[in-house]
Amino acid sequence: MADIILETTGLSMRFGGVTAVDNVDFQLREKELRCLIGPNGAGKSTFFKCLTGILKPSAGEVFLDDQETTGWDPHRVAGLGIGIKTQVPSVMDGLSVHENIWLSARRRSSVAEANRKTGEVIDRINLGGLAYKELGQLAHGERQRVELGIVMAGNPWLILLDEPAAGMTGEEVEHMSDIIRELNRNAAVIIVEHDMQFIRSIASKVTVFYRGAVLMEDDVSVVLSDPTVRDVYLGKKA
Amino acid sequence: MQSQMIKSMVGPAFAAILIMCLLPVVLETYTLTLLVVYGMLGLSLGLIWGYGGILCFGQAAFFGLGAYSYAIAAINIGESTVPVFIGILVPAVVAFLLGAMMFYGRLADVYMGVITLVFTLILFRFMNSTAGPDFVIGKARLGGFNGIPGYQTLNVPGFPDEYIYGDALYYLAFSLLIVIYLLLRWFLKTSFGRTAIAIRENEERVELMGYDVRIRKTLLFSLGGGIAGLAGVLYANWAEIVTPGLFSLGQSAEIIIWCIVGGLGMLVGPIFGGMLIGLMKFLLGQQSMIDNTLILGLVLVLFVLFLPKGVVPTVSKWLPTGRTKSRKRRRKSQGRSRKSEA
Ligand SMILES: Nc1ncnc2c1ncn2[C@@H]1O[C@H](COP(=O)(O)OP(=O)(O)O)[C@@H](O)[C@H]1O
Ligand SMILES: [Mg+2]
Repeated sequence: MADIILETTGLSMRFGGVTAVDNVDFQLREKELRCLIGPNGAGKSTFFKCLTGILKPSAGEVFLDDQETTGWDPHRVAGLGIGIKTQVPSVMDGLSVHENIWLSARRRSSVAEANRKTGEVIDRINLGGLAYKELGQLAHGERQRVELGIVMAGNPWLILLDEPAAGMTGEEVEHMSDIIRELNRNAAVIIVEHDMQFIRSIASKVTVFYRGAVLMEDDVSVVLSDPTVRDVYLGKKA
Repeated sequence: MQSQMIKSMVGPAFAAILIMCLLPVVLETYTLTLLVVYGMLGLSLGLIWGYGGILCFGQAAFFGLGAYSYAIAAINIGESTVPVFIGILVPAVVAFLLGAMMFYGRLADVYMGVITLVFTLILFRFMNSTAGPDFVIGKARLGGFNGIPGYQTLNVPGFPDEYIYGDALYYLAFSLLIVIYLLLRWFLKTSFGRTAIAIRENEERVELMGYDVRIRKTLLFSLGGGIAGLAGVLYANWAEIVTPGLFSLGQSAEIIIWCIVGGLGMLVGPIFGGMLIGLMKFLLGQQSMIDNTLILGLVLVLFVLFLPKGVVPTVSKWLPTGRTKSRKRRRKSQGRSRKSEA
């Protein structure tokens, strides 16, 4: 199956007695857009961290683009061409918007190319007027956009976004879904999100996490009308 | 880009040369040389701490290693050119190995501090215990707490009898400081330099961009070690004797104070801090009423309380250029203490 670009088999992550990710088999096709949902503490962020190498899984394997990458360091995983937005915004507050994005662009291209790409990305995320402002002085939503810009600038073929819409205004969310759809033309995307409105708007296949394991995986309409999923979200026992 | 870069350096270069020529009017070059050495040593820590975010409690170790390596090589070789390079290379390599151990081992900052501290202590102890005749490297006896005297001092390359000392040593040391300063300014504008600053800001993000943080920190640490080594070489030529006191914890702590007083996140800050405190110690040394260390401690406390950003960043905010802008910025970015301008 050549067009599977991400696969995990029996992936597990335990912290002492807590099993945060429990025996997850997951597959993602080229240029697919996938939403990951599930209540707080379901293990979505931990699953991401195992994919990106921030955490070393306790068991199971990760394959990216037909290579096994289990236990790789984050910079090696990212170097393959994977863009990552963590749940807690991770940006360089003491540097300018331009510098933040330029550094990402520079990783896999020449200085001239990085300069060009940086301008392009800053325009795309509508931060042209703030390009040389220090990030620490920007509003929360603007910083989220910069982090998305950092991801875009790396020209990734796989993008992992952990709650990218958190704390954004409705308008900002809309702008961001446009960007995500655009990115999706050249890259596969996995998004962790709680906002059902948002998930519906980018309509795609949804994977539901519950207590570290995959509860179900189906089209957005099927999943959202499923009684078990609703129970899980309302906190009842599945 | 390149020509712009060179243009932006002409001003600082001229200013530095002017200062170099004017200082001898007010102070003896003998004293000034030592201040320049301190400035360079401050710069070495300011680079790795202020730009790489690596707080090293053992910068004196690299300083001492530079001085000792020079002295030992000079005794064995005679002519000073090769020993100078050895005096830079040995600490740079040691810093590389120590850095690799710390950064590849992913030690937390606290443990890094402890390791660099212990490393300095070990060198200090070891050098103190090398008094016997068994401790020789080639023709050089390590001499324990007496140190090593009587080695070949700097000479014009290729002419072992043409010594560089006194005024000439001062101008040479200051010129080297200027060259290093300008090279570092350039370095911080390169892609490598820019990633180093980014690592200070957010290591995880730089990793997630796909950069290998460990090798970059190790190389930066090694660069800092090499510069401290050169300062050590110059010191060895100024003092004409090297002793284990170079490795003392007091010396290491003092370099940290220089950086705090001068200001981090700007290359001139730690240079200025080193020279200023050096001068203060010199002036205090001429009286014996109050204990030196006491005053140094007092100065540190006062700075941390009232001028936490250090002299240079604070003063440069008062300068007329961009005055209103920087004021506004300061108000907004309260609590952030580092700026990424050189
Ligand atoms: N570093 C850690 N140490 C211990 N437990 C952790 C750690 N990270 C996450 N967990 C636990 O793992 C579970 C899953 O957390 P997380 O992946 O953040 O969930 P989600 O992102 O779906 O809200 C939670 O019970 C959380 O407390
Ligand atoms: Mg989460």
